[in-house]
Amino acid sequence: MIVRILGEGQLKVDDAASDELNTLDAALERAVNEGDEQAFRPALVALLDRVRALGTPLAADSLEPSDSILPRAEADLDEVRSMLSDEGYIPG
Amino acid sequence: MSVMKRVSLIFKSKANKALDRMEDPRETLDYSYQRQLEMLTQVRRGVADVATSRKRLELQMNTLRQQQNKLDGQAKQALGAGREDLAREALGRKATLQGQISDLETQYHSLQADEEKLTVASQRLQAKVEAFRTQKETIKATYTAAEAQSRIGEAVSGISEEMGDVGMAVQRAQDKTAQMQARAGAIDELMASGALDDVTGTPRDDIQAELDSMRTGPDIELELQRLKGEIGAGNAQAIEGGTPAPDGAARPAAAEQPQAGEGA
Repeated sequence: MIVRILGEGQLKVDDAASDELNTLDAALERAVNEGDEQAFRPALVALLDRVRALGTPLAADSLEPSDSILPRAEADLDEVRSMLSDEGYIPG
Repeated sequence: MSVMKRVSLIFKSKANKALDRMEDPRETLDYSYQRQLEMLTQVRRGVADVATSRKRLELQMNTLRQQQNKLDGQAKQALGAGREDLAREALGRKATLQGQISDLETQYHSLQADEEKLTVASQRLQAKVEAFRTQKETIKATYTAAEAQSRIGEAVSGISEEMGDVGMAVQRAQDKTAQMQARAGAIDELMASGALDDVTGTPRDDIQAELDSMRTGPDIELELQRLKGEIGAGNAQAIEGGTPAPDGAARPAAAEQPQAGEGA
């Protein structure tokens, strides 16, 4: 699958890593839903680090859409929340 | 993959809206390409804006560092003259400037990081736009069936995802540079008003003025002594009424005698 980390680019990650990434993603979602600032940052960093470690960057001229898109590393809780709310945060 | 999936779904729905806008999918290709070129221009402008802000900060930091060096020199000069109070004042101002410099340094590094990221993003977008242009022509030339439609969809959503990503990065950078421009402008105003640099901004600031007066102080005393000596010698000559003594060494001694006599 192809994962994009916003602000960094796309990576190709083996589908076998899905379970592991899903677990990390679930922790991030929990932190976002509960508005848990303290859990949010480590959860985001852990997920991004794992994707970076497992993934291989896609060529710059690749035009493939991503299967998953992740917030940028510096994003704060509000930014991620507004991203998920689809209220015009992501330009069309 | 909820967070990951949800964000990507939002991106996809935006891309699909762009695809649905056109009757003929081939028009979508041209429309998208047009937007890509616009975005590329926007990203390059963003990089240039960040670079301009970074350079402005650099200039301000240099100015403040020069002022710091000057204050340091003044402190040394003051200490050398035994004026610890003045030295203390100069060092105090130097410390205030250090706070400003540290603040600017933090902003500078943050802008530098933004500039690097945006430059990389701009190169990536450039490569994708180039690839899209090639694909666009190929798809157009072979456009016969629904198969082409899916290729168009893929190419358009792939690049519109990139544009969404880089668009957000440019927006953030522009917001940030706008904030920094405002802060840099405020520092410029402070400098111009003399609140920050009254120590060095004017040719003679207050610390320098006092140091100068201390330096000229003893000079004036010496000058006075010299003048007094000359006047004394002139009087002695007039009293003696004689021609200048051939032996130069004898004269000052002779001149001193009447002077001492007058004083007593």
